[in-house]
Amino acid sequence: MDLNKKYTPQSWPDHPETATMEGKNKFVGFWLLLAAETVTFASLFATYLALKDKGPSGMEFAASNLFELPLVFAMTMILLTSSLTSVYAMYHMKNHNFKAMQAWLGITVLLGAAFLGLEIYEFNHYVHLGFGYTHSAFSAAFYTLVGTHGAHVLFGLSWFIALMVRNSKRGLNMYNAPKFYLVSLYWHFIDVVWVFIFTVVYLMGVIG
Amino acid sequence: MAHETHTHVRSQTEYEYIRRQRSKEMRGQLTSFAIMIFLTLIAFTAVAADFSPYLITPIILLLAAVQVVLQLYGFMHMSNKGHGMVAFFMFSGMFVAFITILALVTIVWW
Amino acid sequence: MSSIAQKKGFGAAMWDYLTTVDHKKIAHLYLASGGIFFLIGGIEAMLIRIQLMKAGNDFLSAGTYNEVLTMHGTTMIFLAAMPILLAFMNAIMPLQIGARDVAFPFLNSLGFWLFFFGGVFLNLSWFLGGAPDAGWTNYASLAIASEGHGIDFYALGLTISGFGTLISGINFLVTIINMRAPGMTYMRMPLFTWTTFVASALILLAFPPLTVGVFFMVFDRMFGANFFDVTMGGNTIIWEHLFWIFGHPEVYILILPAFGIFSEIFAIFSRKRLFGYTALVFATILIGFYGFMVWAHHMFTVGLGPTANAVFALATMIIAVPTGVKIFNWLLTIWGGSISFTTPMMYAIGFIPSFVAGGVTGVMQAIAPLDYQLHDSYFIVAHFHYVIVGGVVLAILAATHLYWPKMFGTMLSEKLGKVTFWLFFIGFHLTFFIQHFLGLMGMPRRVYTFGADQGWDLFNAISSVGALFMALGVIILLVNIVMTSIKNERVSNDPWGDGRTLEWAIASPPPFYNFAQTPLVRGLDTFWIEKMEGNKEGMVYAEPLEEIHMPNGSFVPVVMSFGLFVASFGALYNMDGDKGWTIPVIIIGLVITFGSMLFRSLKDDLGFHISKEELLRDVKGGKSDGLK
Repeated sequence: MDLNKKYTPQSWPDHPETATMEGKNKFVGFWLLLAAETVTFASLFATYLALKDKGPSGMEFAASNLFELPLVFAMTMILLTSSLTSVYAMYHMKNHNFKAMQAWLGITVLLGAAFLGLEIYEFNHYVHLGFGYTHSAFSAAFYTLVGTHGAHVLFGLSWFIALMVRNSKRGLNMYNAPKFYLVSLYWHFIDVVWVFIFTVVYLMGVIG
Repeated sequence: MAHETHTHVRSQTEYEYIRRQRSKEMRGQLTSFAIMIFLTLIAFTAVAADFSPYLITPIILLLAAVQVVLQLYGFMHMSNKGHGMVAFFMFSGMFVAFITILALVTIVWW
Repeated sequence: MSSIAQKKGFGAAMWDYLTTVDHKKIAHLYLASGGIFFLIGGIEAMLIRIQLMKAGNDFLSAGTYNEVLTMHGTTMIFLAAMPILLAFMNAIMPLQIGARDVAFPFLNSLGFWLFFFGGVFLNLSWFLGGAPDAGWTNYASLAIASEGHGIDFYALGLTISGFGTLISGINFLVTIINMRAPGMTYMRMPLFTWTTFVASALILLAFPPLTVGVFFMVFDRMFGANFFDVTMGGNTIIWEHLFWIFGHPEVYILILPAFGIFSEIFAIFSRKRLFGYTALVFATILIGFYGFMVWAHHMFTVGLGPTANAVFALATMIIAVPTGVKIFNWLLTIWGGSISFTTPMMYAIGFIPSFVAGGVTGVMQAIAPLDYQLHDSYFIVAHFHYVIVGGVVLAILAATHLYWPKMFGTMLSEKLGKVTFWLFFIGFHLTFFIQHFLGLMGMPRRVYTFGADQGWDLFNAISSVGALFMALGVIILLVNIVMTSIKNERVSNDPWGDGRTLEWAIASPPPFYNFAQTPLVRGLDTFWIEKMEGNKEGMVYAEPLEEIHMPNGSFVPVVMSFGLFVASFGALYNMDGDKGWTIPVIIIGLVITFGSMLFRSLKDDLGFHISKEELLRDVKGGKSDGLK
């Protein structure tokens, strides 16, 4: 393939992410990885549910007196919005508007970073309360589940940034369009997992 | 293997049509987003309002499921053409996920 | 790359294998390293049988026996059986569907190297303070109490090699979904491709729970998490569930490709179309599906309650139905066929009664009340060796003979092959049949010795003699391989004369681009159809001869895997808490891995093209076997 081949909005294919064989393979392969990730997170959720509120006898912490909903609500709104901004980025990708895509991706990254910042603040807060990783089975299951999600956010951010920087000078082509599409899929998946985290861990935790 | 693709240059009419289609789709996405925010608000409000857990738990789980459907079929385009195999594997994944969670909340001895 | 490379030195050949992304060479790597691990696991098996040869033997100490036993199971399942099957999938599946390569050649190589470094890491435990000793199931209640680093070697090694297997699984799935030749519909795919597909789907969905469980184990030991510490609210049954949610599908990951191999063999050497192709396909899918709903039958005695036991007992019995369908289909394929008793066919015929025996004892254990009697006895040992050796290992040996010419361009000796078969087959039944009775007489599994007054002497001695026969069989196979390689008599496309599927329509070994022109598939058993219609070329083509795009080789997968290998050593010794160098080692390892990942994604790799002239030269000069 010629990397220097220039496309116009008129000649840009309808589905640039699957217009090449390479793109098709990446597309299917990545969705399969998401299916595997579904099972990974299910195992973490299952363990969390089995170990919820379990600890050494006389443990003072329980989900119902630990979590603070206002912070979680803010994190949820930020992450949901970042999901929408990455949809905007893909909208401009399909219209072959590189500058607008980069701008929306930039906003997505900022929102993602804000989410991550709040999560670090939250963890730090709990640790200062004495609810550390080694505190109990409950704390281990909680931090591992939510922390794995946080690690995915971090990986997604690095991926966004690497792609944006790498392609900043060369614009959209058939080689990088699938990559942009996949990272946005990844970002939506992270959002899906978060929907279950705020529901199962936080909301259901607070109501006990 | 290859990165080759046939280039098809659209006529002006075709181009305008597809642009219109895309902005229409984007408006649909905005609606999904509004619904998601709304569902999230309901879930948080229900919990804050302190209703019985037996009432809230099924409701917020249902709301989460609706949100996931919106994400998968709206934002991630799983309803589009060429997603048949993908959907099959995602649903298989969800099936395994479901039985895993079911097992660990019911048969771990307590 | 192809014809120029004829006379290269050892170093160049080595470098070629280190950087290759060609599915056929990766198959060689899988076969060689899987084969070596198979020999290591076999030696461990012999040590076990020597120890149990007579009552009160002191050949191995109790502790060493536990290590040998654990490593035998772990090595055979994760490092021998699965990689060797992956070797045949890599070598044959892309050819069967008429593809030039797998979907992700780079990831294919990465998958291999992750497996390789994971396996080496696990086996280094022998020299670095003791191997894992909590059994291949590594139950948490036992494992977290194990001293030394054995369990850490197990957890970290399996994590690395597990990632490799997951990557291979995704790769095969995408290859089959996207890269089938024109006309190759799903219902025209050869059975081996179908079983590869379903086994890969099982890999995709079964490995994540194992990875999560193993991570819990690492976190418990490394960071002081309390997933399995009951005094801190932990629960060891979580490990059992996660392990078996993976572990039961794993059994099908092993047996389904074996079914695929035997399906090919029955059709080829009965010179008949496979009986009930559609039923075989759907039975395969059903087995894959049910495979996820039966795991708790390994946990009947845990005390999950009568409801759970009843549900899982029923689900387990249902699996026998699609498996039975398969057995009858194979029998009816042979029925009325013009059978030629080649070595692969003898393995296939030997497989049917052996596997049925293993299946029947499986259904016995599915009856939960009876399982309370059989659990943890030698009956269980006999059962799973009947399905795994009688199913998987026989398939691996059969495929070695069947596909050797396709992979290496030369035939293994039929005479020695049959000697191997008889020695192995007799040895296998001698070893394991009698263990059923040892189990019924009360001998528990995993014991390092027994008393002379328990009446198990004679049967154990017979069992050990059987193991000797199996070892002899494997040694003769090795002799066969060496002699064949020295003689090096080249063979043609279809050395068995009765090949039915696309892989037999091209040179042995195939050129590195597989098909100069993509074939057009006109039905099930493509090559057979063309042969019957007198087509000398063996294929019809879907495209004119054009230049071919190929991926570049890459050394990055080795570096990436090596980084994780290094980081694992840091993580392992970090648990001691008194070694300052471990954190830097973890960081260096991760920097190597993620750095090479970044390098890979930032550097454009567009591959290269083989020109039409070059292809024409290859085709005319009969030099299309460029693999040498």
